[in-house]
Parts: sequence; C-alpha cells; structure tokens
Amino acid sequence: MVAKSYISSLFGKSPIRPLQEHMAGVYEGVTHLVPLVQAMNTKDETTVSSAHQKIVDSEHAADVMKKALRHHLPRSLFMPMDRRDLLDVLLMQDKIINLAKDIAGLVVGRKMVLHESLQEPFLQFTVRCTEAVKQALEVINELDDLLESGFRGREVGHVEDMIHVLDKIENETDQMQAKLRHQLFDLEDSMRATDVMFTYRLIDWMGNVADDAQRVGSRLQLMLAN
Amino acid sequence: MDFIFEGMNLYILLAAVFGLFMAWGIGANDVANAMATSVGSKAITIKQALIIAAIFEFAGAYLAGAEVTETIRKGLVQQDAFAGNPELVIWGMLASLLAAGLWLLIATQQGWPVSTTHTIVGAIVGFAAVGVGTHAVDWGNVGSIAMSWVFSPVLAGIVAFVVFMSIQKLIIDTPNPLENARRFGPLYLFFVGFILSLLTIKKGLKYVGIHFSDSAELAVALAIGTIVALIGYLLINRVNISSTSESSTTARRRSQYSNVEKIFAVMMVFTASAMAFAHGSNDVANAVGPMAAVLSAVHSGAVEAKAAVPSWVLLLGAIGIVIGLATLGYKVIATVGTEITELTPTRGFSAEFGTALTVVMASYTGIPISTTHTLVGAVLGVGIARGIAAIDLRVMGGILLSWMVTLPMGAILSILFFFMLKGMFS
Repeated sequence: MVAKSYISSLFGKSPIRPLQEHMAGVYEGVTHLVPLVQAMNTKDETTVSSAHQKIVDSEHAADVMKKALRHHLPRSLFMPMDRRDLLDVLLMQDKIINLAKDIAGLVVGRKMVLHESLQEPFLQFTVRCTEAVKQALEVINELDDLLESGFRGREVGHVEDMIHVLDKIENETDQMQAKLRHQLFDLEDSMRATDVMFTYRLIDWMGNVADDAQRVGSRLQLMLAN
Repeated sequence: MDFIFEGMNLYILLAAVFGLFMAWGIGANDVANAMATSVGSKAITIKQALIIAAIFEFAGAYLAGAEVTETIRKGLVQQDAFAGNPELVIWGMLASLLAAGLWLLIATQQGWPVSTTHTIVGAIVGFAAVGVGTHAVDWGNVGSIAMSWVFSPVLAGIVAFVVFMSIQKLIIDTPNPLENARRFGPLYLFFVGFILSLLTIKKGLKYVGIHFSDSAELAVALAIGTIVALIGYLLINRVNISSTSESSTTARRRSQYSNVEKIFAVMMVFTASAMAFAHGSNDVANAVGPMAAVLSAVHSGAVEAKAAVPSWVLLLGAIGIVIGLATLGYKVIATVGTEITELTPTRGFSAEFGTALTVVMASYTGIPISTTHTLVGAVLGVGIARGIAAIDLRVMGGILLSWMVTLPMGAILSILFFFMLKGMFS
C-alpha cells in the first residue's frame, strides 16, 4: 500500500529558479562582449573569435533552458505571478543574449575595425551596457525574496529601488549612444560608406542590449503591480 | 433473538478484525499526508515524524475521537428503521468496513486521491439505502456532512490565508524579521495549544471519565496554551542562527529570511503534532464507528441511541492506527516527504495551522471530514496569498473527481458485501 501522494503532486515546478538560471546564463554570455570589443580594438583576431565562440555557446545553453522552462509552465499552474508576464520576462532575457550573439557575429563576420577616436568611448559604452544586464540579473535574483515576502511590503520597495537603478544605467547608456552617434556623424565623410553603416548598426545593437535589460526590469514591475 | 447470541462472538471478532484492518490502513496511508508537509519542509526527520505521529494520533483518537465515532455509529442511519432487525446493522456495518477497506486498497495502489471518510460514509449510506430502504438513511445528517466536505477545505483555506498574511505583516514585512519571529512565534504556538486543548477538553475528555467545570476548562486550556508557548519559546531560543558577515542590506535580509524559516521549522513541529492529533480525532472514527455500531447491536439487540462509545473501542482504533504507522506509514511518509520541497516552513506552518484547526473543530461537532482534502484547501489558501511558487490545478480537478467517484464506489461495494453477508448468515 505505498501511495503516490497527491499532496506532493499538488505542487508544480517552481518557475523562479529556472528563470534565474536562464538570466545568469544570459549575463555570463554578455560579459564576453567586453573582451570582444577590447580585442576588436587591438585587432587581436584569436581573442575575438574565442569571445565570439563563448557567446554563441552561452546563447545555445540559454536556448535549452528557455525551452525547458516553457515546458514547466502548463496553463493549469496557479502561480503568484501572471504566466504571461513570466514568459515575457523570459523572452526579454532571451533577446539580450540573441543580441549579444548578433553583435559578436557582426564583429567576426565583417572583421569590424572601429575608427581610432571611437574605440575608447565604444568600449566604455559596452561596459555600461553589460552593467545594465548585470543589474537586471540582480533584480531577477530578488524573485526568491519576493516570493518569501508574498510579493508585498518592504521587499517590493527594495526591488523597485533596484529597478530604478537599472533605469538610471539604461539612461546613461542612451546618452553615451547619442554621443557616439554624433561622433560617428562627424567622421562619416572620412570613412568608407559601408564601415559607417555597420558602425551605426553596432552602436544600435549594443544600445539594444541595455534597452532589453531595462525591459526585463519593467516586466518584473508589472508582476509586482498585480 | 437466539440467532444473535449464537453468532455474537463471531460478529464481535469480525468487527474487531475489520475495524483493526481499516485503522491499520488509515495509519499506513492517511497519516502520511498529514506528516509529509513537515518532513518535506525539513522541519523534522522521518523518525521524529513517526514518533510525533504515533503519540498524537493516539492521543487524538483516544481523547477526542468519540464524537465523530458517534456520528458514524448512529448519525447516518435512522435508528427506528432497524428496530427489531439488529442483524441488518451488523451485516451492514461489517459490509461497510470491508467495502471501505477494499476500495482504499484499490485506490491507493492506483494513486487515486480518495478519502477514508468519504468511502466509509458512502458505504454506510449505500447499505442502508439499498439494503434496508431509503427511509433508513438520515438524509438531513448526511446532507450536512456532505456540505461540510465543501466547507472544510474552504474554511481551512481561509484560516491558512489569514495566518500566512499575519506572518507576513508581523514578521516578514518588518525591518527586523528575525527579531519579530522570535517575539511572535510563541504567540502563534499559544493559539495552537489553546484552541486545540479547549475543544478537546470541552467535548472529548468526558469519554475517558474526566470532567471540568466551564471556567476550569478555560483555565486548563489557557495553561496548556501557555505551556506550549513556553516550550516553543525555549526551543526557538535554541535555534542556531547563522549570521552573515556581509554588510550589504540585500545579503542581510536574505539571511534574515532563512533564519525566520529556521524558527518556523521548529514551530512546525507543533502544528505537525496538532495535525496528527486532529487526524486521529477525526479519522479513527472511520474504523471504530462501524465497529462500535456492531458491538452495541450485538449487546443490546438494537441500534442503541443512548449508550456511549466504550473507550476500549477507541483504544483499539488508536492502536490500529499506530500499528499501521509503524509497519507501513514510515515508507509513505518518506516517499511523500521527499517530494514536497516547495513548501517552506512558514507556508507549511500556515497550512497545517488551518487544517488542524478545521479538523479539530469538525471533530468537536462530530462531523466526519477528510483531513487530506482539508489540507489541500489550506495549501490553496497559502497559494492565494501569493506564498507558493506554483500549484498544479489539474490535481485539484482530480480531487473533485475523486469526491464524486468515491461515494458511489463505497456504496456499491458495501451493498455487494451486505447481500453476501446476508446470504451467508441468514
């Protein structure tokens, strides 16, 4: 008479842990953007390609995690947060690593070389954008404590402060992006037209990394508002 | 009446064997669900769970099990309908025990979420309605019991919701959760001890021959509540608090939460005991109620309305439950306990608080309800308070379905056994 208990089957798999693991994987991949840009500036091709490979691997691993998490979320689950919000957060997280992969692909594929005067500001811009992702990861890591506190009270205020910091970082990257664009505009005539075009694209994509990191935060804010 | 006296010893023997078998099944299986939440949240080890369950199941069954036993014994059927035909009661109750035992065996092996309470009520109503006639069933009583099956999970859910919200308000959502957990923890334990002992003293103890006046009851309950709170206070102070050297507020809050959970893990030992007590007080009746009915029919030749349940019958049921627990229960607790890891001690505490309170209240009023289904309601209540990461609603559907299937199955089986016994003995 050994029973399968329906008390234990009453509990679905918690989506929080896998979501955090996915974001951690995403951030791990994004960190390689800094060495990538550094190596691009010093024209160190082996480092560029190894950084590219690492980002591609991270993207692949994140994809696997994403699919696993989606399988864990049948409609019959009753959760403290909205299922749609959760899937949206996952989607945003996934977009970040996809962007990083595209950036790395562009750098490797076109053997990108930045104009001398853009190199240092672009590196700083990259660093700041990865910091936005790091902040987003920290916000996601607060989900445990949010659950512990039942998505109420002080902990919510604490997370909202963190989201506020994330917004501030993203704002900074926006300003850096505008400045880079302006610099590039002044250089346009002295550069090859295709290089100009792809440098604009590189700046845009990098900016999008920070944008999507911010969106992760704002999606979370929606969960708190429920 | 000759016939009754010829078969008397055989009937008593059969009733005792079937009743013990049923109690063994309850102990082997049902208790697991009551204790598993504590084991799952790592509040206690399996060995400790076993000891606690044995002590408090026994106490609950023996001290507070009489009221529900009375209901099962004579509340479901109309006594007049059996006047002059005591053998119908004997066959019917024996058939009910057999039917319930068999159905539980089948359902357990299939992993269906059925309840002992629902099975035995279905079985008794079944044999009375078909074997004797629909007039033999006390439909008013049966109706109110059926209603209570809907309300008990709801009530447990509401209590669990309120308890969890109050834990949030008083402890978690404060600048210093750890300190507040130490301060309010014993208070919660006081209420557990106070309410349970008050209900037990008010109704249960007279069956074991202890009487108190109203004010003495209150005083004793207050004293027991205070003692429980005091023991809790001492145990909470012994909890190893892990401190963190990190100075960041995030890390400090996180370690505070984990320390709060440690304190609640200790407090959960008390609600687990309360659960075991509640379970014993309500579910022992499923086994000994029919047994008691057979005994009184054999002795007096009728369904005796006045005679109280002899306390040795309760004792037999309590022993049966403990034997079941000792022989098979630990395995089930081990299996189920390791599967529930999502329930942290604060949640488990809230859910068990709601369940124990609801079930003991039902025992107090003599209503047989399903402990496990009540626990499911309480877990859902914590979920509604946004305290649990994910609850699978499909399982809820399965539980609702089992309510509907179990009653007719218990009835059909007991009708079959009833006519079999009737054919064999008459």
